[in-house]
Amino acid sequence: MTSAAIVVNDVSKSFRIYRDRQRSLKATVIKGGRARYDEFWALRDVDLEIHQGKTFGLLGNNGSGKSTLLKCMARILQPNKGSITHVGRMAAMLEVGSGFHPELSGRDNVYLNGAILGMSKAEIDRKFDSIVDFSGVGEFIDQPVKNYSSGMYVRLGFAVSIHVEPDVLLVDEVLAVGDMAFQEKCTQKFADLRREGRTVVVVSHAIDQMRTFCDEAAWLRKGQLMGVGRAQDVIDEYADQAHDTISPEDAAAEHVKGHVGSGEVTIDRFEVRTNGQEVDHVRTGDDVTIRMHFTCHKPLEKPVFGFEIEHETGFVVWGHTSTDGDFSFPNLVPGRGSVDVVIPRMPLRPGVFAINGGVAAVGRVRGVEQVRRAHSFSVRRGEPAETAGVAVMHSRFENLAQG
Amino acid sequence: MASEGAVPWRDALVKNPTLNLLANLTLREVKGQYKKSVLGRLWSLLNPLANIAVYSLVFGILVRAEPPVGTNSGLKSFALWVACGIIPWGFLATGTSIGRGALTDNAGLLTKVYFPRFVLPTSSIFALASTFVTELAALTLFMGLAGGSPRVLLRLPVLVPVLLLNVAFVLGLSLLLSIGMVYFGDIQHIWGIFLQLWLYASGIVLPLSYVQQAQDKFHFPFVAIFQLNPGFQFVEAYRNVLYDFAVPPLQRWLIMLAWAIVALGIGALVFRKFSARIVEEL
Repeated sequence: MTSAAIVVNDVSKSFRIYRDRQRSLKATVIKGGRARYDEFWALRDVDLEIHQGKTFGLLGNNGSGKSTLLKCMARILQPNKGSITHVGRMAAMLEVGSGFHPELSGRDNVYLNGAILGMSKAEIDRKFDSIVDFSGVGEFIDQPVKNYSSGMYVRLGFAVSIHVEPDVLLVDEVLAVGDMAFQEKCTQKFADLRREGRTVVVVSHAIDQMRTFCDEAAWLRKGQLMGVGRAQDVIDEYADQAHDTISPEDAAAEHVKGHVGSGEVTIDRFEVRTNGQEVDHVRTGDDVTIRMHFTCHKPLEKPVFGFEIEHETGFVVWGHTSTDGDFSFPNLVPGRGSVDVVIPRMPLRPGVFAINGGVAAVGRVRGVEQVRRAHSFSVRRGEPAETAGVAVMHSRFENLAQG
Repeated sequence: MASEGAVPWRDALVKNPTLNLLANLTLREVKGQYKKSVLGRLWSLLNPLANIAVYSLVFGILVRAEPPVGTNSGLKSFALWVACGIIPWGFLATGTSIGRGALTDNAGLLTKVYFPRFVLPTSSIFALASTFVTELAALTLFMGLAGGSPRVLLRLPVLVPVLLLNVAFVLGLSLLLSIGMVYFGDIQHIWGIFLQLWLYASGIVLPLSYVQQAQDKFHFPFVAIFQLNPGFQFVEAYRNVLYDFAVPPLQRWLIMLAWAIVALGIGALVFRKFSARIVEEL
């Protein structure tokens, strides 16, 4: 077992939320005593060990305390209770280009920013050419940075940060800077860090990226550590739980939850079923049935049913109308009813999805009834487990050839 | 490696990250301050010149205040006497004003990077001190010419310990004020008002003889208050050297030393106690 690079020992951190917007000496003297505040616990009794040479991911929803934990590790914040120790040199990349002075040249700013990040002059002297080279700023290095494009600014900041070459690097959502070519360079640099046996701790929302990037991970909810271990397992666990916390109502409210129709038929609700039971989540690879319950108010000739699955980001992943396969239903008569669409071996990857549905009639221009995002369900990790995107394609690797 | 050890302080500056940061931030302030203007550092001389002109006009010509006679220099000029007070006072007033905001003005940096926090107020005071040295150099040259004698140059080494004590005093106040600003935003305004009063209580624009007259008239120990006032003592020390071409008396040295130690001591203690928690208050 490798030794620990960072040990987080029973750490709790609270913030004061002041009731008075502005605190002043005047108010303090007049009212007597300190300002009133509420205590908010951002971290509660977190115990964690990050091993040397690992790339470690911190996951959690907004407000889960993951950034607070990172800032505590970076010594920017001081925990109320517990301690954090680390081995070797540590650097944090919470924002690139912190402390750049717009009036100063790129060269001066490299020295300034390097100094802020804890490098000595001798060290910056040694790395200077490499920094400029990495940033791609080139001949503009002696121009004031106020004349830089935002891309150049960020690239130069990133170049300085990455050249600190610490034993432990803390990174907050800065993986996506610059254009494709620069991102490629960054990925390369992170791979180098890993090869050199340096420890990287990263906070990110991009869980698909984290899956390939991290060896180990931990996830937090409301300041508490929920799980820690192999990145794949933790990320799946987190993704499942995170999706569950989004109720169908919330998911539906995020987009237009629409209902339009002539009133001849109304859609009452949907049901997602596996193995003959109604469920709120399914797994990749399950045989899934979506059932639409409707009420018919007036007879409808030659009815057509349609289903769609919409991703949480709002794009339609799949849609199927009964006319697609020349499937025809008998005429509808007043009363309640239901219709199923069967999806063998669910090909969606983990995520939250919503169901749209519609009823129409052959030969009619307008639909009879349409509902959007009337129901939502989540897909959890199942078989096969492919890495990214919305769909599994039952892909496989073969024919490795060399030379 | 042996050759690098020959100049230990330079070696430390090259190898020690904290000293390197202090040096770089100081340079950032110095370079950044006047980068935008055509006249550059000349501005730092124009501002005190304007003040000298105004005070000379108001107190020297309109009020007809009698300037003291320089002990060794024999100078008797209200404008020069005011100049020798205004420039050191400027360091005290501007220093505490800049140092006061050293933490709150750099909130973006403090919340994103860890580094020893004392570097921020310290570098801003050091940067201002370098400007102050330029002003003092110009003033010394001018006084030497006006006094018709290069004797002022003989007293120049005395300015070094005065300056060091003065920097320590201003730094101590700035450490204290910068922490205070994090918790109480209105210190900014309160300090501004306080500086106005402090200017007049430090004998910058009216000689001590006038204070003595007031004491005799009102039977109130104004002079003793002036003596205790660090602003008065520091400014008078500069005047001893630059206007009188003399060395400050022992009592003045002791008072300045005491104030420097007290200010820096309390400032450092308070800063140490609170600096770890300031980020969440910003």
